[in-house]
Amino acid sequence: MGDPQMVMYEEEFNQIQVVCERLIRDANALVVFIVDKNGQLIAAAGEHEHLDTTSLASLTAGNIAATGGMAKLLKEKEFTTQFHEGEHQNIHIQIVGQRVILVVIFDERSSLGLVRLRVRKANEDLNRIFESLLKKVQDPSTGSPFAEITDDDIDNLFND
Amino acid sequence: MYYGPGLCGKTTNLQYIYTRTSPQAKGKMISLATETERTLFFDFLPLSLGEIRGFKTRFHLYTVPGQVFYDASRKLILKGVDGVVFVADSQIERMEANMESLENLRYNLQEQGYDLDRIPWVIQYNKRDLPSVASVEELRSLLNPTGAVPDFEATATSGGGVFDSLKAVAKLVLTELKRGGK
Ligand SMILES: Nc1nc2c(ncn2[C@@H]2O[C@H](COP(=O)(O)OP(=O)(O)OP(=O)(O)O)[C@@H](O)[C@H]2O)c(=O)[nH]1
Ligand SMILES: [Mg+2]
Repeated sequence: MGDPQMVMYEEEFNQIQVVCERLIRDANALVVFIVDKNGQLIAAAGEHEHLDTTSLASLTAGNIAATGGMAKLLKEKEFTTQFHEGEHQNIHIQIVGQRVILVVIFDERSSLGLVRLRVRKANEDLNRIFESLLKKVQDPSTGSPFAEITDDDIDNLFND
Repeated sequence: MYYGPGLCGKTTNLQYIYTRTSPQAKGKMISLATETERTLFFDFLPLSLGEIRGFKTRFHLYTVPGQVFYDASRKLILKGVDGVVFVADSQIERMEANMESLENLRYNLQEQGYDLDRIPWVIQYNKRDLPSVASVEELRSLLNPTGAVPDFEATATSGGGVFDSLKAVAKLVLTELKRGGK
């Protein structure tokens, strides 16, 4: 398949979470989350309990896919950054390492300039983390975490 | 991923699943549609089907827009697909549209580096309640000539066959995941 299945390990997950938490503080942001290009939420930080992050993740990926499609038509590789300005809240979207999407939601307590600056630093950190994650996933000695699941297990899921 | 020609009932499948699953098992259903309720970009429904050995199984159901001129959007949504329910419209006058859409699926998958014969997929013959429908044998001979693909009759509006199709594809996807299929 196009992309190898993304598997997340605890070590990298914790590192990613730390980057998100720091970005919240440094950028004075409300919510930070990370989504893969297929719309799966990877990590979230900030006041996101009241937010429908699953839906946001799917729409973010759809948005990036649509923008990527436009880029292709213009013979651009991709548009790495997007900014949506609302009356009270704003969304900054950044593609990290051509693989995942970093979303920052902020209000008037921050500014686009500050967010941009802090996202740049977070981008570098995340790039490093995802590269090491990719190496781990591609290492043939790390077996599939799903290998122990039997056909019966799968059948049982549907016997209701 | 629900694929198929315009108006074949993809969105209706998701709506039925949405109304028939418990609130804990589902998230919000999102429909990016035109004012006339044709799918413009996609419908999205997150669903959990329970646990296997401590792994929570979560599925993201998407529909593509069936109308021919939304092909660019369809291609985008196909990226990262794990399994397909091909929804066919059983009405005789939609036979050509069914075949065109199936060819379009095969072609678009190929463009993304997938082979339809090697990914989990099932076929659903929808709208069985209507009077002017082709027989299942006829549909099968056109869309599933080798009979290798699991297929189901359905009436998505009242829900017949909807969960059968979903469970069948979900099972194939999980089996593929377990095999570590690339
Ligand atoms: N009689 C009958 N009507 C159906 C059935 N399934 C869907 N419909 C109707 O067909 C029409 C189109 O259904 P949708 O689910 O919106 O079709 P779609 O495949 O999502 O269409 P696009 O979004 O344009 O690709 C609606 O009016 C449905 O009520 C069925 O099993 N029987
Ligand atoms: Mg639709």
